[in-house]
Amino acid sequence: MQSNTPNASHIAALFKGDQVHRDVYTSDAVYRLEMRHLFVNAWVFVGHDSQTPNKGDYYTTHIGDQPVIQVRHSDGEIKVLHNRCPHKGTKIAIDREGNTGKFFRCPYHAWSFKTDGCLLAIPLKKGYVDTPLKNTENVKGIKPVGAVHVHRGFVFARLADDGIGFDEFFGDSLSSIDNMADRSPAGRLEVAGPPLRYMHQCNWKMLVENQTDTCHPMVAHESSAGTAISIWEEMGSPEPRPAAMQIIAPFMSPYEFFEEMGIRTWPNGHGHTGVNHSIHSDYSAIPGYFEAMTKSYGEERAKEILDENRHNTVYFPNIMVKGPIQQLRNFIPMGPNKTLVESYIYRLVDAPDELLARTAMYNRMINAPTSIVGHDDLEMYERAQEGLMSDGLEWVSIQRLMTDKEDYSAEAIENGTTERQMRNQFDAWVKFMTVSMDATA
Amino acid sequence: MNISNDQIIDFIYAEARMLDEQRFEEWLALWLDDGYYWMPLDYQQTDPLLVTSLMYEDYFMLRLRVQRLTGARTFSQKPKSRCNHVIQRPFVDEINDNNIKTVTSMHYVETRMDDQFLLALTATHELRVVDDKIRIANKRVDLLNSDAAFGSIQLLP
Ligand code: FES
Ligand SMILES: [Fe+2]
Repeated sequence: MQSNTPNASHIAALFKGDQVHRDVYTSDAVYRLEMRHLFVNAWVFVGHDSQTPNKGDYYTTHIGDQPVIQVRHSDGEIKVLHNRCPHKGTKIAIDREGNTGKFFRCPYHAWSFKTDGCLLAIPLKKGYVDTPLKNTENVKGIKPVGAVHVHRGFVFARLADDGIGFDEFFGDSLSSIDNMADRSPAGRLEVAGPPLRYMHQCNWKMLVENQTDTCHPMVAHESSAGTAISIWEEMGSPEPRPAAMQIIAPFMSPYEFFEEMGIRTWPNGHGHTGVNHSIHSDYSAIPGYFEAMTKSYGEERAKEILDENRHNTVYFPNIMVKGPIQQLRNFIPMGPNKTLVESYIYRLVDAPDELLARTAMYNRMINAPTSIVGHDDLEMYERAQEGLMSDGLEWVSIQRLMTDKEDYSAEAIENGTTERQMRNQFDAWVKFMTVSMDATA
Repeated sequence: MNISNDQIIDFIYAEARMLDEQRFEEWLALWLDDGYYWMPLDYQQTDPLLVTSLMYEDYFMLRLRVQRLTGARTFSQKPKSRCNHVIQRPFVDEINDNNIKTVTSMHYVETRMDDQFLLALTATHELRVVDDKIRIANKRVDLLNSDAAFGSIQLLP
């Protein structure tokens, strides 16, 4: 990024369609623009409504670099508020979760607010009579975000007051969240415990891109998955296979497996791997589960729900969900070269506990800071972050299986090793970065 | 056979030394087949199965973990990590027949290239005497800051 007064054309120039400039990963200026534009204009994941089941329950998180509170208001609705006192800026809530009762009370000077943010009371209020406080936004209370939408329990917010609507932004990509929730006989998910929290010294987009990078598992994870297979073979290939074999070994699947699994992309940067099958297809059946599903949905619909084996679904800009595993990973940007990854798991309401046990196992085996598979991936991201400092080449290739006229405004299904989804993300990246920028300097 | 407190305490020290000296085959041989190495994610977590842990690993996973460390294509171990345990004298909380429980405070340092980090932890060992040898039946490692965001923890605290 050359200019101090960035505009839409500068940003658009960072993505050539088949290549992306390394500044999108390394530049502090680009990062700050992402926080002020992309993460303001897009719909960003906040949390799950089961994290705040009762009135007054709150949970704190970030949208981009913005501290926010998700809270259950007295009318039962979920509100998302900027976590900042309108008086002098003190964070209203600093714990990760809690219950605030009927109102928030700032710990500094005791201004108090309803759980939708509205100002309730100021101590010694007469000190503000005839002052300009009443003319400022601060008098309204804790500022809510621009818009909130809850879909199947998943809470999303748009910081900007105006902009693209929720349904238009996500479109048919919501089918992956729907499938994840439909896998519960009750059609409902509940968060199961706190998330894994894994700090990455790399740009957040590397993690998002990696979710549909199907040419890395058999290479980067050979150390984990390949070793698992060789130990198992040394043991005489015992059946049933050790748990680690079911979870980790599929990462060693050959290129053909990933080519045939297929990738689907949707408009606005969303997409998923595993159109036809995935590394989650061959998990062993759990007794009682299919019966419970059949009872709720009828056999045909139950089969349809469970036959969907989508692998990773990226919801642009920064989460991934695994429907068959009931996992959500949130890639929270903390700087151009720092990303906090929070990996949540969910319980399928009314399903046997064994499913949740497998989900918890998947989470710790693959995504923990102590996970060998996690170590494989993080090593690649951090090496890339360092390598991109090289001035030898400025452009990054995302050209695999690129075709002449790719139209990202239409859904498409392609060979599972295409990098189309990465191109789709950068197309959306330019769109939501620039929609609120001046066209020219 | 009668096991003395000193023998138990020496065992805990010897285990930490094996990890620091990366004598992993010897370390694996300390374990009983059905043991679990548990590292909770949440402070005072009680359930290893239905919520996430940092680790809840059976013998197969532990074997995989240590064998992977020496693999030709284990890129996250090029160069290798090193670790160091500083341990306080273990409390021997229980000796019933062959079942022993100890609780030990430790400071654990892991390093690779220019990065180094320190973890404070409490290790709870369930030990069993089998054929006159002390073996690990289960081990629980509670990190003092288990709910913090970590970079990679690649060796065994
Ligand atoms: S800073 Fe919140 S009341 Fe003063
Ligand atoms: Fe990976």
